[in-house]
Amino acid sequence: MTFMSKFKFASAVAAAIAVSATGAMAQKTLRFVPHADLKILDPIWTTAYMSRNHGYMIYDTLFAMDADGNIKLQMLGKHDVSADQLTHTMTLRDGLEWHDGQPVTAEDCVASIKRWAAKDSMGQKMMTFVDSMTAKDAKTFEIKLKAPTGLVVSALGKPSSNVPFMMPKRVAETDPNKQIEDFTGSGPFIFKRDEWKPGNEIVYVKNPKYVPRSEPPSGVAGGKVVKVDRVVWKPMPDAQQAVNALLAGEIDVIEAPTHDLVPLVKNAKGVKMYSWNPLGNQFTFRFNTLHKPFDNPKVRQAVWEAFNQKDFLEAVVGTPEFYKICKSMFPCGSPFASDEGMGNLSESNFDKAKALLKEAGYDGTPIVLMQSTDLAVLTNLAPVAKSLLEKAGFKVDMQSMDWQTLVARRAKKDAPNAGGWHAFLTSWVSADILNPVMMGFMNASGDKAMFGWPNDPELEKIRDDFAREGDVAKQKALAIAAQTRVTQYPTHINLGQWYLPGAHRDNVSGWVAAPAPVLWNMEIK
Amino acid sequence: MSAQTNPSTAAATVVADQRIENAKPSTWRRVRRNPSVLFGGTVLLIMALIAIFAPFLGTRSPTDIAPVARNKVPGFERTVTGPDGKEQTLVYRFGSDSLGRDVYSRTIYGARVSIIVGITVAFLSVTIGLFIGLISGYFRWLDPIIMRIMDGLMAIPAILLAIALVSLFRAGLGAVIVAITLPEIPRVVRLVRSVVLSVREEPYVEAAVTVGTPTPTLIWRHILPNTIAPLIVQGTFICASAILVEAILSFLGIGIPPETPTWGNIMAEGRNVFRLYSHSILYPGIFLALTVLAVNILGDGLRDTLDPKMAKRV
Amino acid sequence: MASFIFKRLLATIPVMLFVAVFVFLMLRMTPYDPAAIIAGDNANADQVAAIRKSLGLDQPILSQFFIWMGQILQGNFGESFFFKKTVTSLIADRIGPTLSLATVTMLLSISVAVPLGVLAAYRQGTWIDRVVMGFSVMGFSVPVFVIGYILIYLFAINVSWLPVQGYRPLSAGFGEWIRHLILPACTLSVIYIALIARMTRASMLEVLSEDYVRTARAKGQTEWKVLFRHALRNAAVPIVTVIGIGIALLIGGVVVTESVYSIAGLGRLTVDAVLARDYPTIQAVILLFSFVYVVINLLVDLTYSLLDPRIRY
Repeated sequence: MTFMSKFKFASAVAAAIAVSATGAMAQKTLRFVPHADLKILDPIWTTAYMSRNHGYMIYDTLFAMDADGNIKLQMLGKHDVSADQLTHTMTLRDGLEWHDGQPVTAEDCVASIKRWAAKDSMGQKMMTFVDSMTAKDAKTFEIKLKAPTGLVVSALGKPSSNVPFMMPKRVAETDPNKQIEDFTGSGPFIFKRDEWKPGNEIVYVKNPKYVPRSEPPSGVAGGKVVKVDRVVWKPMPDAQQAVNALLAGEIDVIEAPTHDLVPLVKNAKGVKMYSWNPLGNQFTFRFNTLHKPFDNPKVRQAVWEAFNQKDFLEAVVGTPEFYKICKSMFPCGSPFASDEGMGNLSESNFDKAKALLKEAGYDGTPIVLMQSTDLAVLTNLAPVAKSLLEKAGFKVDMQSMDWQTLVARRAKKDAPNAGGWHAFLTSWVSADILNPVMMGFMNASGDKAMFGWPNDPELEKIRDDFAREGDVAKQKALAIAAQTRVTQYPTHINLGQWYLPGAHRDNVSGWVAAPAPVLWNMEIK
Repeated sequence: MSAQTNPSTAAATVVADQRIENAKPSTWRRVRRNPSVLFGGTVLLIMALIAIFAPFLGTRSPTDIAPVARNKVPGFERTVTGPDGKEQTLVYRFGSDSLGRDVYSRTIYGARVSIIVGITVAFLSVTIGLFIGLISGYFRWLDPIIMRIMDGLMAIPAILLAIALVSLFRAGLGAVIVAITLPEIPRVVRLVRSVVLSVREEPYVEAAVTVGTPTPTLIWRHILPNTIAPLIVQGTFICASAILVEAILSFLGIGIPPETPTWGNIMAEGRNVFRLYSHSILYPGIFLALTVLAVNILGDGLRDTLDPKMAKRV
Repeated sequence: MASFIFKRLLATIPVMLFVAVFVFLMLRMTPYDPAAIIAGDNANADQVAAIRKSLGLDQPILSQFFIWMGQILQGNFGESFFFKKTVTSLIADRIGPTLSLATVTMLLSISVAVPLGVLAAYRQGTWIDRVVMGFSVMGFSVPVFVIGYILIYLFAINVSWLPVQGYRPLSAGFGEWIRHLILPACTLSVIYIALIARMTRASMLEVLSEDYVRTARAKGQTEWKVLFRHALRNAAVPIVTVIGIGIALLIGGVVVTESVYSIAGLGRLTVDAVLARDYPTIQAVILLFSFVYVVINLLVDLTYSLLDPRIRY
């Protein structure tokens, strides 16, 4: 073929394809830019928020938390608790089907709960109360407890990682430490595996057989009515490019444009901002308690004295519109938030910090501080921490790496100068840290605790008591006791609360406020 | 981007049989009078002086952060109270970045890293390449082995190799220098080898061999002098490309740690907000382009005067 | 000729073998453990060990290498550590954008650079020559990403003539396809144009002083014919060579350009894979790029004999 004839051939083919494509144009496609790429498709196996968001697309949950923090029935039609508080009977509502057409059964749910509880920290706690879980008939199952606890409902209605998503029995029987290979769910969307292009496009279509609840959507609860035919997630590593694309109408929704780009979206025609996560997020500084000098609680207190939330929030968020100084360990605006017991920490009292360091006999060991450099909301935290620590008299060795590397390295218990670490900074979605049991960083059970491995029996006792307690007023007292204990035995430091609205084109409506970005109810006009 | 892209290198690969004349006494004068050498050399000298005297050019610490003064436009002024209780006005000549660091100070200090990387990479790759090239050109039995290895190394696109090397090991100045040097070596080896091969055939070298001149003397007296001119030219172009590659690695977020002021790092930091605040891309971009331009022009001038045969080809 | 091609093909085997060994060893020497990254946030040592085993990373390096080589000889590049997909299918997904970008860039560069170079040589020493040469030095000196941002600002934001990012396959229509490629291709071609224009000029200058050009002129042929039929044809060998050598540069530029324009091509796949320590993908992509480089340079050698009848193998 000569060049010209090749060219003609190519355009003829292109024209033919273009004609056939117009037939399908009536379909409504929502183009959504998530905050990162979807790497792992098993939301039970990992706590990554991207995997959780994927879970909300294709799976459904037994219970769900509404916008006011109440836990409502979702897949369940009925939930009865016996008078002695020891037997929970749960009945699925009618018409629930897996994407392959099979009905959702009680056995599927029991297997799913088991797999989730093997991985999730709140699930593990719940299982210490559970005596047995059995399917009574196709739609009913029973959870028998050894002792009364409020954990069954609050754990199964957990809105954020790991969310107890329901999967078919054959999938839920996968070893919890292996990733699932079958992505059949019963949720409002169906994952199109054949159209998945890792790093580029993740495609979902509407599940035509999904039966939504009749209530209006609220949080992750209520009726999940899908109003588009197709959803395409398009991860874009360059935030500026994502905003450019939104302004040019090449995409419909951005989950999280960076704070610095908000002014660009705010003043632009044709786009709107929407705060879909009203509870926001919390920045935290995590200690590794295994190594000198952070094995000494006094040194960790000195860090707390040296910090102040405003510097961190200003450096990342910039405008007070999107941050809140919040001394409570539990997110401000949530039920257990309180300043009680927090004293005058986080006021950048360098004299006090220096005095504590002297008292503790800090010998100038450099603090190995890990900085993640590829996530916009985290990059600026470590330099601020470094600067404040140095003002308090610490020596700091800040090491920069991408988030993946940081995740791998924080799991290492080695000495900080031999591939280990002293501290790093991260962010939590508020919905994940609402009480002392949920808050993973408060787990102080030593080797079993999350990286950082704090070991404090006193704090653990408070957390156990909280799990057993059913009364809200007493729970509140225990939550305050827990955060007071954390100021004496610091496991991590709260660096303030922040919010980041999403952005969408004018013609998109119906975004439901929830701890995770959920795409049901969203409409394109 | 890499040295192979520079015309002189390309020419070197094409013209494997060229002969280079010995540098003549008048060469130095010709070099000094060449306008390209003058221009490129002057700009480069200014950059080097900026790098050396960075602390005295009205700069502050390039790593000092100030969250209250983030993303300010050039010319922004801020009054602070120093440790001695005196009030002091800080001017942000080139604006500030998202941590409130002074972009002017960072850009000025950034000259240090760029020039260190450029010169070190040029020196290392020329030295190592010269050594391997001499061995390869002189010891015939080793030649095929070395050249196959060099072909293999050259087949991996330089930037990919640098990306892989830098990000797989702990990032830092040393890793970056190694990662940029390694892909440059084969090209130097090829150049040196072609010079050796052509010089070997010269009657006077053959004569020297016949009278039993020892190999080291032969290399030292007859071969090495012939390699100097093309290597200086080649080294200049490697220097230019190394500065660019360092900036690209930093820009992709896998180079020298972001706290260190380098032009690539400043631009990488500013890329996300360049529609709102273009100063973080603009100023270091101008410095970077100007420096690379100066080195390239210097290289052109050196080639014209030192290596006229090669100059004729390009 | 046939035996020459065969010999050259044979000579590529040790080169590719070296690349394979080198890339393999480089990855195995890194201090990071991909299993720990895959295992994720809450994994303990046993889980990491189990993952190492399932990936075959617990075996001795030598046997890992032979298993991998054996697979490659069967055309199997293994499965990505992260995505539950074969590396071959990952590459297949990504090759379209990269191939399109490279092709358009090549066509654009050659069609701009060769006439520019000829013109500069023809008008040697005039302002035209100086402008072309000046542009070409500039082209080597301004980083690709800076050019990219300037172009985006001018043509996609300032005036919204062209899309700011992304890629549409040819199946979405030729117009859409080319619209999305114009800015990236212009960005990427700047340095390539600089390279080819310089080489064309130098090579033409040499040829223009040769006897047969003078003869052709003396015979009264038009300048156009002299330049393009006689001179350019004889100057073509170094030009074609530099185009071949420049392929490596094009590949390097693709990585940066794809990152600036959010094009999900092989360049971005490489960066993503390197950051995720996805060994099978890194190995395959680097092998592929190297193979392309070697093959194109082989083709360049072969075109010599077509362009210059004096060269015979």
